Amino acid sequence: MPTAKKTILIVDDDIDYLYQLRFHVEKMGFEVVTAESQREAEQLLSTMKPDLAILDLMMENEDSGFILSYKIKRKYPEIPIIIATAVAAETGMSFGISSEQERKWIKADLYLEKGIRPDQLHREIIKLLKL
Amino acid sequence: MLVVDDEPGIRSGVERILRNFTVSYPFLEDEIGFNIVEAETGEAAIEIIQKQPPAIVLLDNKLPGIQGIEVLEYINANQPNILVMMITSYASLELAVKATNIGAYDFVPKPFTPQELKASMENIAKHFFLRQMTRKLHKEGKQVRFQFLTVLSHELKSPLNAIEGYLRMMQEKQTGDKIDDYAEPIERSLSRIQAMRNLIMDLLDLTHIESGKRRRDLREIDLVLVAKSALDTMTPMAVQRDITLELVNDEPQPIFADSDDMEILLNNLISNAVKYNVKGGWVKCEAGHTESHIYCKVSDSGIGINEEDLSKLFQEFTRIKNPQSKNVSGSGLGLSIVKKIMELYSAEVKVESKPGEGSTFTLLFPLPNSIIANEGI
Repeated sequence: MPTAKKTILIVDDDIDYLYQLRFHVEKMGFEVVTAESQREAEQLLSTMKPDLAILDLMMENEDSGFILSYKIKRKYPEIPIIIATAVAAETGMSFGISSEQERKWIKADLYLEKGIRPDQLHREIIKLLKL
Repeated sequence: MLVVDDEPGIRSGVERILRNFTVSYPFLEDEIGFNIVEAETGEAAIEIIQKQPPAIVLLDNKLPGIQGIEVLEYINANQPNILVMMITSYASLELAVKATNIGAYDFVPKPFTPQELKASMENIAKHFFLRQMTRKLHKEGKQVRFQFLTVLSHELKSPLNAIEGYLRMMQEKQTGDKIDDYAEPIERSLSRIQAMRNLIMDLLDLTHIESGKRRRDLREIDLVLVAKSALDTMTPMAVQRDITLELVNDEPQPIFADSDDMEILLNNLISNAVKYNVKGGWVKCEAGHTESHIYCKVSDSGIGINEEDLSKLFQEFTRIKNPQSKNVSGSGLGLSIVKKIMELYSAEVKVESKPGEGSTFTLLFPLPNSIIANEGI
């Protein structure tokens, strides 16, 4: 299994969603590290480097996912990032992707709506990790 | 939508792809379709934009006369409301970045598949309608409401996602064949359902307060009696967590108010004091009056709130998240309800708190209390 050793960081403040995602991603054969908040994730990232990150969007800040994504990309531009959210496009306005400045620093490789099926997610991860 | 490209093949291709393509949106009843106007050159495009400005311009950069980027500059200067999607070849990523920096909404690299074009168009069309709607709502002073709904939809969808996830795991027998293998997911699902029910109850409280439709029955009631009953309600939870509840004084404190309002206030404050407490802690409630105010104070030995979080405390859907509070469930509406009720009484709610030591919430009703109830009650 070529996927066996890749580590995936999952950050979500919904403990149930985190539990389920960890379950599915581990089943796909990946190593999983989790954090329950932006803050916790930032601490983790100072000591480890995942191969891919799946981030929730709204945590302690409504744009926590973007902030984390920005910070990860600045440190490790090669790590693919998936932003998963329960709100999808409706939040477009509240965190203002409309503004030029914000758009410039928002960099995720993929946006997913929560509730995506595990097999779909698996395909996306494989694509991003180029496995 | 105006398509500007010198290659007729691209123009007709775009027309063909989008002819029957529609975008739907949860807040809109109708689906969004595209009316397509074509221009072969930048000059022709500007002419059309002057006469009949489109909502969206799909703009190729390489044009026979003036370049796409100049058309973009023209649009920015004269019709800043038009959203521009640049078409660029893969080789000119630099140009694409430049275009987005000077105001293009986004770009599609050429050659694009019908799927890619549709995805980009869906994006830009949604943005267009959201922006239009935001402006309209803003004009009507309803933007706050819309943001509220956005967050609310998030708060309602999260438990559904969680429960759905657990049910799928069960349906696919992912962790075993026996129902007992799923005790934890079942327990968690029930708890998410309960939290959702609480959210809906709080939401109804909030709606009642805001609509002003509920008749307030203003009469002289005893605030201490209300406090007593709120403490009684919370006793089972307090016992479970080994927290002592105490009513500091027993003397009646008359207040001219609606008893449902007072109940909501004290239930919220006391349940917070119990929920955000430590094992073996205490909650004290005291009601009385000074020369200028009737007051009711709820203090606790809980986890406290840091200064940064204090400012956000009364906003809707604020839930202060830290390691100590992460297992506490709540709708995030309790304190905003408290604040709204207090506003109806021209009264004030104060909070003092020290992280690790506890918090004190004080309700202050101005005296003479009989003048209350002027607005909205």
